[in-house]
Amino acid sequence: MSNNGFEPRIVAFMCNWCTYSAADTAGVSRMQQPPNVDIVRVMCTGRVDPAFILKALALGADGVLVSGCHPGQCHYQKGNLNARRRVMALKPFLEAVGIGQDRLRLEWVAASEAPKEAEVVAEFTETIRQLGPSPFRRRQGDD
Amino acid sequence: MATLIIDGQEVHAEEGQTILEVARENGIEIPTLCYHPLLEPYGACRLCVVEIVAGGRPGLQTSCTYPIEEGLEVLTRSPSVVEARRVILGLLLSRTPNVELIQDLAREYGITEPPFPTDTPDERCVLCGHCVRTCAELVKAHVLNFSERGIERRVGPPFLEKTRQCIGCGACTIMCPTGAIEIVMERDAVYKEKPLGPTSAIWVPSMQAVPRVPVIDTDACIRFRQDDRTEGEIADACGACQMLCEADAINFDQEDEIIELEVGTIVVATGFEMWDPAQLSQYSYGKSPNIITGMEFERLSNAGGVTGGEILTAEGKKPERVAIIHCVGSRDHNAHPYCSRICCMYSLKQAHLVRDKTGAEVYEFYMDMRSFGKAYEEFYERIQEEDVTFVRGRGAEVEVLPDGKLRVTGEDADLGQVVHADVDMVVLSTAIEAPHDADRVASLFGLSRSEDGFFAEAHPKMRPVETNTDGVLLAGTVQGPRDVPDTVAHAGAAASMALALLDKGEVTISPQVAVVDEKLCSACKTCLSLCPYTAISFIEEENVVRVNEALCKGCGTCVASCPAGAITARHFTDRQILAQIEGLFRVPA
Repeated sequence: MSNNGFEPRIVAFMCNWCTYSAADTAGVSRMQQPPNVDIVRVMCTGRVDPAFILKALALGADGVLVSGCHPGQCHYQKGNLNARRRVMALKPFLEAVGIGQDRLRLEWVAASEAPKEAEVVAEFTETIRQLGPSPFRRRQGDD
Repeated sequence: MATLIIDGQEVHAEEGQTILEVARENGIEIPTLCYHPLLEPYGACRLCVVEIVAGGRPGLQTSCTYPIEEGLEVLTRSPSVVEARRVILGLLLSRTPNVELIQDLAREYGITEPPFPTDTPDERCVLCGHCVRTCAELVKAHVLNFSERGIERRVGPPFLEKTRQCIGCGACTIMCPTGAIEIVMERDAVYKEKPLGPTSAIWVPSMQAVPRVPVIDTDACIRFRQDDRTEGEIADACGACQMLCEADAINFDQEDEIIELEVGTIVVATGFEMWDPAQLSQYSYGKSPNIITGMEFERLSNAGGVTGGEILTAEGKKPERVAIIHCVGSRDHNAHPYCSRICCMYSLKQAHLVRDKTGAEVYEFYMDMRSFGKAYEEFYERIQEEDVTFVRGRGAEVEVLPDGKLRVTGEDADLGQVVHADVDMVVLSTAIEAPHDADRVASLFGLSRSEDGFFAEAHPKMRPVETNTDGVLLAGTVQGPRDVPDTVAHAGAAASMALALLDKGEVTISPQVAVVDEKLCSACKTCLSLCPYTAISFIEEENVVRVNEALCKGCGTCVASCPAGAITARHFTDRQILAQIEGLFRVPA
């Protein structure tokens, strides 16, 4: 495997109504996707406190994916828009502390878009693989 | 009330009626050309002459203009009346020797040959003035009028020139008793073409509807068009329907209303749309009027439709060969991958209708016959016995041949050969799809849509009518293609579910709600603006916010935003989520 056998560890916060269902469907439909992503289910991406993202990164996650319903299709009307604001606000901070903003990603994946869910997971895993281990993880000597 | 005697018969009449009207009411026939109940009396044709023998002005008088009087005695068929009518009809027949209406009337009065020769034997106008008065009194366009005198007298627009004042409504052609006026379909004159559409401006959209109420197509109605065109200056044009409606049911002032209702449950039944087959060019839809969709075929074969239910080609002839192509836009990765489910059965029914009404040869191009419902397979067998040719294989292409015939090409999978059928009419069994504005309905009710575009049910097997939004239910094709029996069953289930929810009188709410630790709340009110359900309120006296658990849906947006960490989402607490994250990293990957 590229990058000296580095296997990224990714935490994904998925909303119950859209992306989590899509992930479920992708699984049931036996769609192939890398096993590097661990899912934390939340009712809405609006529930994702930036502290959760920082916690995951601090514990050694190489990337964090936040994924929910498309704008305008939020089960709670606009929780996903709040999530977008929070993610956008967090990105410059991640850049400043040296983690890099590319390790945090926000994606809209509707419940019906199981193939897209698998694609996003595969593509994000590959991006993180290219970026290499998170600086936090390197310092902790986890690898 | 007045009493008079017509042909020795004592009759009663209202003040203001004419002799003609009273006679007609009492079943006494008086011939006339220029009288029309919607128009003012005119007295032009003179055919309605009667003889007044007592009361009033004695002698021959036109009954359509003569108001009744008490004690009037009238003869409608006296020798002098008949003689007068013979003279009039002789002159009319000399003017228009080839008009059947006049020939028939003349024959009734013993005239078989025109007494005078004519240079213009094709003349059809009898100068009754129906058209002139319709244009002036009803349409209020004042385009037509008489010009010249004597034998030169004729009808036309000013100086017999084309005029922009004509709105092309066609009322004059309808009112003309002899078919002397023809509408020439010049581009500017055609107001709105409606192929296979309604045939008049007032029509009943569904003959089976209860109550069966007609609607006015305001784009075609003369009254609305004149109102629009003159910006309200001519607001009282036509109104023929209003004059004729005995129930006094015509109301031109009705307008769309927005009605606000407070309800407990909502059933979304916004249905489907037919897919436009022009998007797949191989079917040549739009290139020949004889390539029609299944829906257009239904209109054609409808007894209330333009042909009165006869199945005819655009040339007005009975087709000799008809091809029906299944799965147009369905089970096709260039359009919709799904099966539209209804087309197999309606195509079979249409094959039966064509066989039954025209006896034409029918070719059905199908991939698989999905006769899935009760008694459907038996129906399929019946159609097989009606000498319909079934070609197993998708109809691949429709070509319009130079002579206007249509060539359908497809692969017959049973023969393993490419086959052609030259036909007069092609019916495309087009796919059904979600309405084009389904996304707006989805965001209005917070519904999600499945990959095919139809609304997603809460669970494909266990909760087929519910959605993920509490109290919003689905009925029929909004959830996916289905035929009438399935739609009725699905809608019945949705209705029962709605009643069950209402009948309970209370709702069970999810325990996943946000709670505020009032000791920690700093009353910053950040959460207030974020809550999409206005479930959080500020309690002035205690200087804290509180969550209304009945309104809260548990999304957790407020929890994530609370700077003081005072709000907790039950079952999704910070501690639970952080523990999950920690758990992920406890074991090395």
